[in-house]
Amino acid sequence: MLSTFFAVLRRDLLLAWRSRSDVLVTLAFFVIVVCLFPFGVGAEPNQLRAIAPGVLWVAALLACLLSLHRLFAQDYADGTLEQLLLSSEPAVLWVLAKVLAFWLTTGLPVVAVAPGLALLLDLEQGALPVLALSLALGTPILALLGAVGAALTLGLRGGGMLLALLILPLFVPVLIFGAGAVEAEASGTGALAHLLLLGGGLAGALALAPLACAAALRISTD
Amino acid sequence: MLEIEDLACLKGDRLLFRGLALRMMPGELLRVAGPNGVGKTSLLRLVTGLALAEAGVVRWHGLGIDRDREAFHRELLYLGHAPALHDLLTPLENLRFACAAAGDEVDEEICMQALVRIGLANQLDLPARVLSQGQRRRVGLARLFLSSQRRLWVLDEPFTALDVAAVSDLAQTLSDHCAAGGMVMLTTHQDAPFAVPPRVLDVGAYAC
Repeated sequence: MLSTFFAVLRRDLLLAWRSRSDVLVTLAFFVIVVCLFPFGVGAEPNQLRAIAPGVLWVAALLACLLSLHRLFAQDYADGTLEQLLLSSEPAVLWVLAKVLAFWLTTGLPVVAVAPGLALLLDLEQGALPVLALSLALGTPILALLGAVGAALTLGLRGGGMLLALLILPLFVPVLIFGAGAVEAEASGTGALAHLLLLGGGLAGALALAPLACAAALRISTD
Repeated sequence: MLEIEDLACLKGDRLLFRGLALRMMPGELLRVAGPNGVGKTSLLRLVTGLALAEAGVVRWHGLGIDRDREAFHRELLYLGHAPALHDLLTPLENLRFACAAAGDEVDEEICMQALVRIGLANQLDLPARVLSQGQRRRVGLARLFLSSQRRLWVLDEPFTALDVAAVSDLAQTLSDHCAAGGMVMLTTHQDAPFAVPPRVLDVGAYAC
């Protein structure tokens, strides 16, 4: 039953490794966007500390968006997607495997470097674990929602732009609770409520997004 | 048994064909014929369930193919225009993935034998991007040797870019599959050397 899941996961991770420059570009984008802010708003520590959660979260969200259009594009062009849709195993399984591989290669590196960048913005050290945790819970939601958008805009002219228009409004709640968690922790009110909401969002997206994504892929290849 | 009833296909806002009916029994080899653009590939995609018909039904063993998609797909092998190869993977990795993705657990050794048999013994470790068109085609076709348990083979232009020896070997493989009770539905513009001349379905006869 899980052979398709592991075959897709293994293949996508192998491909990410063979074209690792793509993965590094996403990560470099994240780092550079965060580093641009002190140049724009000035190096006043109090100001940087105040905007740090929002800046890190928006940069993570844009980095995710940057690589989302790649999620299905190659498989669509070379016919692999057709073969996957003809698999005798449920589409939900391999969609989940693709999203997991995507998150492992774009979301996880962002989660890993974000605390380091937070120090650059002088975020309170006590809030660093919450930042990492909120990103670890939030970026999979971004990947799952983004996968639905990527599937819907597959093969369209100007699909990349349309994908951004379609999916960015859906990222807003994740952004609010993700950045909110870090702010709440830094201001001392505790981040538990925000993190629980993010966790709930992740559980919901995990259950529903693969179904929507599989349906959208069937429509796109029709 | 494959049955098609009153099938119509809409592409964009143009009706390609309508009223297409067909019944295929085990052991039959069917060539879908007609000029370019008449809807041969569209017909094959409708039969596999990748595309949705404007009207009509496709039945497999008496049941609509969308009723039990997974059972139908277990018995189906479709090789389309696109060879479903990733440029960064070797033929062996591509073939193993194609089998696993379809839901077949196939041993690496058996995959290797299939690739050797189809004439890619020297290309096993090369990335697919350095292969020629004909060699890329062969990687996809190697799945035929591993899919004899799948009853219905739907092949879109399988002979394109193959040399004469490969074409006759492929024709033999298709004939063998039919002799063993399978069904093959294919499009081609070439005269392939089949042992028994295939039944021909002219899509042009149903064109609008």
